[in-house]
Amino acid sequence: MSENLRVKSSQYIDETTRVSFKFNGTTYYGFKGDTLASALLANNVHLVGRSFKYHRPRGIMTSGSEEPNAIVQINPNTNRTEPNVRATEVEIYEGMEASSQNCWPSVNFDIGGINNFLSPLLPAGFYYKTFMWPASFWEKYEYFIRHSAGLGKSPTLKDPDIYDHRNIHCDVLVVGAGISGILAAKNAAKNNYKTLLLDEKNELGGSTIYENNESNKIDNKISSEWLKKEIEELKNIKNLEIKTRTSVAAYHQYNYLLARENLTDHLEKKDKTNKIRQRLLKIRAKKVILATGALERPMVFNNNDRPGIMLSSAIKKYSDFYGVACGRKIIFFTNNDSAYESALSLNDKGIKVEAVVDIRKQSETNLEKRVIDAGIKIYWEHTVVDTSGYKRLNNVSIMKLSNDGTSVTGNKISISCDCLGVAGGWTPAVHLYTQSGSKLAFDEDKKIFIPNKNNSDQISVGSCCGDFKLDEILKNLNEKLKNFLDINKTDFENITVNNDQEISKRNIWLLPSDKALGKTKPFVDYQNDATAKDIKLALREGFRSIEHVKRYTTTGMGTDQGKLGNMHALGIIADTAGVKMGELGTTTFRPPYTPLTFGTIVGRNVGKFFDIFRRTPMNDWHVEQKAEFENVGQWKRAWYYPINGETMHQAVQRESKAARESSGILDASTLGKIDIQGSDASEFLNRVYTNAWSKLGIGKCRYGLMLNEDGMVYDDGVTTRLGENHYLMTTTTGGAANVLGKLEDYLQTEWPELDVYLTSVTDQFATASLCGPNSKKILKKIIPDLDLSDENFPHMSFKEAKIGSIVCRIMRISFTGEQSFEINVQSSYGKDLWEKCIEAGKEFNITPYGTETMHLLRAEKGFIIVGQDTDGTMTPIDLQMDWIVSKKKYDFIGKRSLYRSDTMREDRKQLVGLLTDDPKVVLEEGAQIVSELNKNPVEMLGHVTSSYFSPNLNKSIALAVVRGGKDMMGKKLFIPMEDKTINVTVSNPVFFDQTNERLNA
Amino acid sequence: MFVINCPYCGERDQQEFKAGGEAHIERPKQPTELSDDEWAEYLFMRKNIKGVQYERWNHAHGCRKWFNMIRDTSNDEIKAIYKMGEKPPSI
Ligand SMILES: [Zn+2]
Repeated sequence: MSENLRVKSSQYIDETTRVSFKFNGTTYYGFKGDTLASALLANNVHLVGRSFKYHRPRGIMTSGSEEPNAIVQINPNTNRTEPNVRATEVEIYEGMEASSQNCWPSVNFDIGGINNFLSPLLPAGFYYKTFMWPASFWEKYEYFIRHSAGLGKSPTLKDPDIYDHRNIHCDVLVVGAGISGILAAKNAAKNNYKTLLLDEKNELGGSTIYENNESNKIDNKISSEWLKKEIEELKNIKNLEIKTRTSVAAYHQYNYLLARENLTDHLEKKDKTNKIRQRLLKIRAKKVILATGALERPMVFNNNDRPGIMLSSAIKKYSDFYGVACGRKIIFFTNNDSAYESALSLNDKGIKVEAVVDIRKQSETNLEKRVIDAGIKIYWEHTVVDTSGYKRLNNVSIMKLSNDGTSVTGNKISISCDCLGVAGGWTPAVHLYTQSGSKLAFDEDKKIFIPNKNNSDQISVGSCCGDFKLDEILKNLNEKLKNFLDINKTDFENITVNNDQEISKRNIWLLPSDKALGKTKPFVDYQNDATAKDIKLALREGFRSIEHVKRYTTTGMGTDQGKLGNMHALGIIADTAGVKMGELGTTTFRPPYTPLTFGTIVGRNVGKFFDIFRRTPMNDWHVEQKAEFENVGQWKRAWYYPINGETMHQAVQRESKAARESSGILDASTLGKIDIQGSDASEFLNRVYTNAWSKLGIGKCRYGLMLNEDGMVYDDGVTTRLGENHYLMTTTTGGAANVLGKLEDYLQTEWPELDVYLTSVTDQFATASLCGPNSKKILKKIIPDLDLSDENFPHMSFKEAKIGSIVCRIMRISFTGEQSFEINVQSSYGKDLWEKCIEAGKEFNITPYGTETMHLLRAEKGFIIVGQDTDGTMTPIDLQMDWIVSKKKYDFIGKRSLYRSDTMREDRKQLVGLLTDDPKVVLEEGAQIVSELNKNPVEMLGHVTSSYFSPNLNKSIALAVVRGGKDMMGKKLFIPMEDKTINVTVSNPVFFDQTNERLNA
Repeated sequence: MFVINCPYCGERDQQEFKAGGEAHIERPKQPTELSDDEWAEYLFMRKNIKGVQYERWNHAHGCRKWFNMIRDTSNDEIKAIYKMGEKPPSI
């Protein structure tokens, strides 16, 4: 079946290495160096996919990253599968498989193709108009749309490859290694700039490197020969790093660019293993030279999307670079001279060019004469009005254009062919330029957007700034480089350049047909199936902004970001609305320029490095005891310690009982610890906490509540006075970093006069919290010479002691309502301390407990957890913690806000306890609370913030915030659930040991 | 991603820094003497200018110092950086 359209050996293809690959299940052969597209074309395969909306057969259209149609799935159903790969970019290797996307069941027989016949029913905005109503049907529509429209399949297996990130700092970054980029990089590096040159292709030289046109000469050599010598010289230049197969994805402000270096995608499977597949380069460049070239435009005419219709420049590249003929009977359709270069190039290789159809009246250049001499017929002032061939072009119909270009006249001429090369002019590739924040201007003469106002230290050179002819490119490059690099001369100052000049220009954004527009299919955006009709419809319906038209018609919204069709869309809008293109503005190009894999974006931050966890010094012990863990901030904390197959509930009930009946031990190392020193430390605490600190004795501890300036509770914790000017503050586990940041902010910006120094010591200490009626006996065993009597070491006080020779800080403080001792040692001794406590506690059935039991025990005591019982809208008054708000202090953070009219409202949500009428029913945290049942809609009064079954009280308890709850003691409220309503009674939030007797028992 | 010239450390990548909102909003010395409206003005009201804006920044993953920046929010051009307590330079 397969045919061979290789026409000549190419120096860029290794014809000694034959490569077999599969496309849609069929085996083909290509050569090393081929892209999937060039190898398919060499086998005369054009049909590669179906279009997105109408499922029309589509073929390879381009030879680069702008490809809208040839989008394939690589290695389907394997762990290296990748969707949305452009066949024009991916290089083939032995054993590669690829398949068409967006067609079902196959590219040759496609059920969605019926949409093509239904297309009068699928106009612009079809999805918006049809599927948005009624809203309740969306789920059904969505299924249908996704099933028929899917753009490839995302991988489901684990990615076997390694990805990497690298930071690069350079003086000059050159993007694009065509003739401009190469000369720019060479001259920058030669003048002592540390230079990096990037190109997305695997070969340097851009389109010049395969130029064989006698008309383009530098110093009397064909331009490609001249450039090869320049490239050869790059090897000997210091300061220059060159990366090929590297495409710049994003150009951010301050010359920060992201590029993807492709390292193994072109290698055989066996050579990919254990190598870095792709590397994200994070480049910070002092200067950037954009030499990104230009993209050829197609033209918009009826049925301009059939397989076999390609860009003229792509046909030239396939012939001159890959040695592949894109057809056996080729026609060119053009509005400028570049198609003549393609025609001549093909003719030289013996590929039959049937005709050139030109919308201009004449050209009068040397190129034209040479084409005529070659016996190729030129149809002046003609346009293609239709094409035929469902899966492959077989015929084009042309007619004469009227003078004004809006209609056609005369007889229809039909020409048979299997390939049509379209040359609609060139669009500078300004995508990266605009991403950097730089601004474009519209050149009315050339009908292109060109760089205008640079936003950073950068220049654009070559065809990406609108210079298309070799002589103007090199002349302007020379001047720009001298200025930009601050050098006196370049090494190509004195070259002589010869090339043809284009004399005649004509541009028609939407070419007429003999049929009415409504009966034609002139595609503007191939990937999203948007036609000129859709754009005109959008304008008729009142859309004016280019951004709105784009979204409504989906023009430019595909993975190719409309690289081919955006200019036509703008042109058609301008012509239809009767405005100048320059006034419309252009759409915004957003990163990435070409899609990136997720692997490249995340780099090494996968698996255990995806989200780094902090672990306490006792962590290994918890793991050995098979504790379950929960994430608290960045920490992994022991959640509960199930034994003998206990459920979480069973474990927590057992742990909670043990802690009150005998002894429990908690790893409290994660609590934030801030060391505060300085002669104004007491004053500082006065200002940041709601309560007073000046009179706290040395060696004493105090609970503090910290507010935001808006009066809402921000954090809490116990602070200990270690010395006259020395405190140790503890914060919540999750709030530690923010609290430190907030305190530093106030110290540096509002109160710089205070003599206070803050140091985070969270990681420096490990903390074991011993709790329960036997905790004192256990501590006594560990530190026999420490006087633990209530007189010497009362509740809320601190002692420094030694365990053997290890210094420890002990705070007698309690978050459970039981006698508790928090023992702090240097982190490295944390696990030893823990094991010592466990050993000493054995005779008292010491029970390690996790965060869940800690939460239950504190809830029995009605102690809040900031972030669980508060949510940034609770004042201390709302929490019924008036006792901790100093009335005497003149000021503290948030004080003024407690007297705002809003914070003083009586009906604010306030913290209360809730008891269920049925003591066995445990409420759901987050459940909504109402006071009436037979009202619809009913006002929500509040919600449950903490809820547990208390083993020590043998009943269900809950904390809740309820509107006006402070005055509701004893009131019956209701909690409606999905299947039942739970009756509750408002209670005191302190459920257990309301007189705090156990602290000193 | 900006390059920010920390007045204490020199040029560093933006990801080392934390933005802290509008600058030169001094905390009132005697909050209790302010009306609700005056206190709300300090607490809530921010200009959020499109154009030249005076901002606070913190070198959070560096020296942890706060400093001021004059930035054009329309194009992210940093016009000046100066220490806390210093008068803004004229731009
Ligand atoms: Zn710094």
